[in-house]
Amino acid sequence: MANDSTLELVSLTKRYGSTVAVDAISHNFQAGVYACLLGPSGCGKSSTLRMIAGHEDVSDGSIVLSGRDVSHLPPAKRGTAMMFQNYALFPHLSVRDNVAFSLRMSGVEKPERYKRADEMLDLVEMTSLADRRPDQLSGGQQQRVALARALITRPQVLLLDEPLSALDPFLRIRMRAELKRLQRELGISFIHVTHGQDEALALADEIIVMNDAKIEQAGPARDVFNKPRTAFVARFMGGHNVLKLPQGHIALRSDEMIVTTPDEGRIDGRVIGVEYQGTHIALTAEVAGGQEVTALMPDASFLDAPKDLGEVIGLQWEDRVAHPLTA
Amino acid sequence: MTKQVTAWIQAAPMALVLLAFLVAPIIMIVIVSFWGATEYSIYPAFQFDNYEFLFGSPVTYTVFANTFKYALITWAFTFVIGFTVAYFLAFEVRSLKWQIALFLLCTIPFWTSNIIRMISWIPFLGRNGLANSTLISWGVIDEPLEWLLFSDFSVILAFVHLYTLFMVVPIFNSMMRIDRSLIEAARDAGASGWQTLRHVIIPLCKPGIMIGSIFVSTLVMGDFITVRFMSGSQRANVGRLISNDISLLQYPSASATAVVLLITVLIVIALLLRLVDIRKEL
Repeated sequence: MANDSTLELVSLTKRYGSTVAVDAISHNFQAGVYACLLGPSGCGKSSTLRMIAGHEDVSDGSIVLSGRDVSHLPPAKRGTAMMFQNYALFPHLSVRDNVAFSLRMSGVEKPERYKRADEMLDLVEMTSLADRRPDQLSGGQQQRVALARALITRPQVLLLDEPLSALDPFLRIRMRAELKRLQRELGISFIHVTHGQDEALALADEIIVMNDAKIEQAGPARDVFNKPRTAFVARFMGGHNVLKLPQGHIALRSDEMIVTTPDEGRIDGRVIGVEYQGTHIALTAEVAGGQEVTALMPDASFLDAPKDLGEVIGLQWEDRVAHPLTA
Repeated sequence: MTKQVTAWIQAAPMALVLLAFLVAPIIMIVIVSFWGATEYSIYPAFQFDNYEFLFGSPVTYTVFANTFKYALITWAFTFVIGFTVAYFLAFEVRSLKWQIALFLLCTIPFWTSNIIRMISWIPFLGRNGLANSTLISWGVIDEPLEWLLFSDFSVILAFVHLYTLFMVVPIFNSMMRIDRSLIEAARDAGASGWQTLRHVIIPLCKPGIMIGSIFVSTLVMGDFITVRFMSGSQRANVGRLISNDISLLQYPSASATAVVLLITVLIVIALLLRLVDIRKEL
């Protein structure tokens, strides 16, 4: 039984003609969770989000929010609000009018709606720019306005469609801290679509990895990263080696690989790449069967025993770090 | 060669064309408007007789009022029809292929001359024309409707028919530039279809609406042939005033009227431009 503000997807399906964009996915989002829908482009994550928002018709299945089937309600009646990828701020309205737009649509008087818009602008620290037009704002500022505009409707679930993709890398890291802070303060669910695994790991309480219109794996961020269920998840989350061994596929975190002499390792390989990454050295070796394995070594231990291209090394790991994969 | 000289040379051909075919004739008209005229001759002078006569005659005011009336009513109809057509093309037709096809369809009437398109209304609207005979055979009316042809109705009908596309094109252009996610954002904020139209689409189409309005108002205010044909010479606008003077070889008087009309139209455009800064949008 769904309690307050849980969002439930029940074999939700989206078809465009004969192509299936979202294939009967089911998932339960707990109230107040920060969830990331993660996947490569075309995996159906955006269609899923847009169906939850009500901007895409549901072909099959249903969306249940707080025990209420909202699958066929108009967007504004669902208790969700969406923040668009390019922010979709109204260029002809000031920041304050943009934020107050939904209140204006529902007929709230000007003093009241401006008061509430100013409260929202205060929350995202944009009060000083309330009279500007969107085109006079930087990307990060536009995003804050878009957030304020989405939050003013007091949604139970905020839907964010690749919210950080239009920002430069520095701003992206700052804004994601901001998003997390807001989510904690407001205590509502955020569902965030992204194709960046670092973004998902940094933000999400729960990660839902999608591939090919299906949910590949869902769970707490640490579980998804540490115990990938499939080769796809292991590769997509990064930081893993997927090795095909006689007993099947296993995933190994590259920072758990131990570089040894050839006779001490479980497998041996020839070094084909040495990449300096600041705190670590990424050593890529080709092992039997043409598979590539990357080992992350702290730069100090690499300096103690430097390896050269073409050198043969052994690779060792503890049994506990090897995760069998289903495919 | 310095950059400036090159720039001047690059601008020269267009500037020369405009000087020879736009600025020079206007200067000529202004000069002639101060000349004098008798029944059989015109003579160079610098006198205000033509303007005095123009502003002293009650006919001028009626005719100018009539011109404004045509412009305003035509504007209202072309705006409503043009906006609706543009909206349909931009938002209801989903595929680009169909948009282009339907858009070209709109321009097909322009393959025939204005005058032909205008005249083709006459057999339709006439006393024993298609419209009247159909209405009579349906029993809607007993007598032919007299006001269908050679009336304000037929003049405005022809204007709307001729100039609606000038409204469709710029509005369609503005609409196509509206980011579709803005419409979704409006819907997300709970706006109904009408509210989205009123608070998002129309404000963002303002430049297109303004450009279309300038086209239509200048075309209608400068027209004389449509009024002559469609009213059977029973209605007048400023263009007809000028053309009558010309046919009587009263060039100074025609020039004076033309100068006043030019200034009037420029004032109208200036007022429209005050409402929207189109330079920002182009």
